[in-house]
Amino acid sequence: MASLRAINRKAKQVAEIAKAERGDLWALQNGPSPNAPGKVYHPMGCTLNFTPGWEVDISGGTAGLCQPVERDLFDCYLGCGWPGHVPDHLTNAPNWTDKCASAVNDWRNVDIVFP
Amino acid sequence: MSVGMETQTQPYRLGEYHSFSAAGSEFLYLVPSGSIFAVEGIAKLVIELLGSGEMPREALVAKLLELGCSREEVENTIQELTEVDALQCDLQKKEPLAVPVQEFPLQRIVLNTTNQCNLACTYCYEYSEDKIAQSAGKEKFMSREIAEASVEMLIKESAHRPNLHVTFFGGETLLNFTVMRSTVEYAKRRGEEEGKRVEFSLTTNGTLLTEEIVDFLSEHRIGVTVSMDGDKELNDRQRVFHDGKGSYDVLVPKVKQLLKRHRTNSIGARVTLTAGVSDVRRIYRHLTQDVGFQAVGFAPATASPQRLYHIGGQKMDSILDQFAELAAEYRDYALQNRQHGFTNASDTLKELHTGISKAYACGAGLGMLGVGTEGNVGLCHRFVDSPIGKMGSIKEGGINKTARREFLNTHHIGARYDCHTCWARPVCAGGCYHEAYINQGNTSAANLHHCDWIRGWNDVCLKVYGEIAIRNPEFLNRFAEN
Repeated sequence: MASLRAINRKAKQVAEIAKAERGDLWALQNGPSPNAPGKVYHPMGCTLNFTPGWEVDISGGTAGLCQPVERDLFDCYLGCGWPGHVPDHLTNAPNWTDKCASAVNDWRNVDIVFP
Repeated sequence: MSVGMETQTQPYRLGEYHSFSAAGSEFLYLVPSGSIFAVEGIAKLVIELLGSGEMPREALVAKLLELGCSREEVENTIQELTEVDALQCDLQKKEPLAVPVQEFPLQRIVLNTTNQCNLACTYCYEYSEDKIAQSAGKEKFMSREIAEASVEMLIKESAHRPNLHVTFFGGETLLNFTVMRSTVEYAKRRGEEEGKRVEFSLTTNGTLLTEEIVDFLSEHRIGVTVSMDGDKELNDRQRVFHDGKGSYDVLVPKVKQLLKRHRTNSIGARVTLTAGVSDVRRIYRHLTQDVGFQAVGFAPATASPQRLYHIGGQKMDSILDQFAELAAEYRDYALQNRQHGFTNASDTLKELHTGISKAYACGAGLGMLGVGTEGNVGLCHRFVDSPIGKMGSIKEGGINKTARREFLNTHHIGARYDCHTCWARPVCAGGCYHEAYINQGNTSAANLHHCDWIRGWNDVCLKVYGEIAIRNPEFLNRFAEN
């Protein structure tokens, strides 16, 4: 922060939250951006670090892995080996992605589905 | 950052805050978050411009540009101030969360091991005219069974908490040392069985301490608070035996023995200030330098205004001045990395450092409950055996969850309406329920008679905090949670 300096512990927490909110989300693969210092590098998407698919791809790198959220979404419920992580759009949640015409742009509109 | 038309014309105003300066820097204490920020650059200008009232965003920006700030600086500053709620507009105003706690694991019980006392201090909230406890006709001493059942209640109601605390209280606690001793041993054993660490503390008038008791306290690392009001002249004004004889001469050799032999936990003095006993500096010097306490805390006696020993407004002002002097001394010590024993300062500074924002004025009814000699559970030790603040009974199934929930709903800061415009509420939250009952007629009322004093004291502590934060920030690590 340029004009406010967090002094006590609560101020540091408040500043941290503000920074996170401003930064929104940013794919890990994009790496740190000097233009967006507030961005939070957060693994999003269905692949948690205890499920396969996150660590490395077949070449030993990370480029071929599912990209968080933006690309994962449809791959997950059409072709992924971990279907339990996304709603079943064939029978139980057919309208799940109705408000999401383009996953890259509209992923925030995807409904939360409770089984 | 793109700003829509609607935002441009929205009036911007300062959020709730208290500003102060220390060590040449300007600070904001933000309410209700309890965060403290140093204000730098053009944030100072924004605060100055909005100090006299709200202003549409575009007018604010135009003024700042006029003053020579760059547009980028201005936008960044407005964004930063808005993010921490120092600056507000209706579009971005966030509704504060004010959800009363419904379930809360118990952490501490205070066992009133006896309702008897060998002293007859005039101001005692347990026996004076302002008492709320109705101990007449009740068992005089807590039995071993009740004490052990209370420990079981603590363990059962503590849920996942790993660290528990039992405080022994009275009357004069040491009149029932037998049960205190057996309870410490019992609680330690049960704690080990349940995988919980149990710690202990004792509040006593000190007159019944013996070598055997002191060694026991030391062996079990029991924290001790001795009630004592200063030198012989001051202490003996209120703290007398039943025959009217002062307690100082009996007390002091025993306290010195305690301070010498018990080195495993903190030993503090707790001073009750009254109309005739309000020379804070003199008392502090005596208790630290002549008696040897490392920690001394002060609180005014809880008393209704008609009592002779009640402290009026003017005396309280003088007490605040003396508190400020001791707090300044605390600051000077802190700048040299030395520990100062004025616990009113260290307690408040710790809360400011954490940035506490209290939903409840204290832990009573929340993580702490008191238990009377017959097993009546009360909000805290002051409410034990009183029809007010009754929270169940050890003999009748422990905590009355309905009463506790009702209490938490009606005593939440959200229900203390008088506090909603006060900048000191993150730390104060309306103050002691007992004090409120005696002086305002209702436990849920805010202690309005102390508001100015509390704001004054918080301002003193914020300045001390700011100075330490700038000049010796390392010292603040001492306030880290254990």
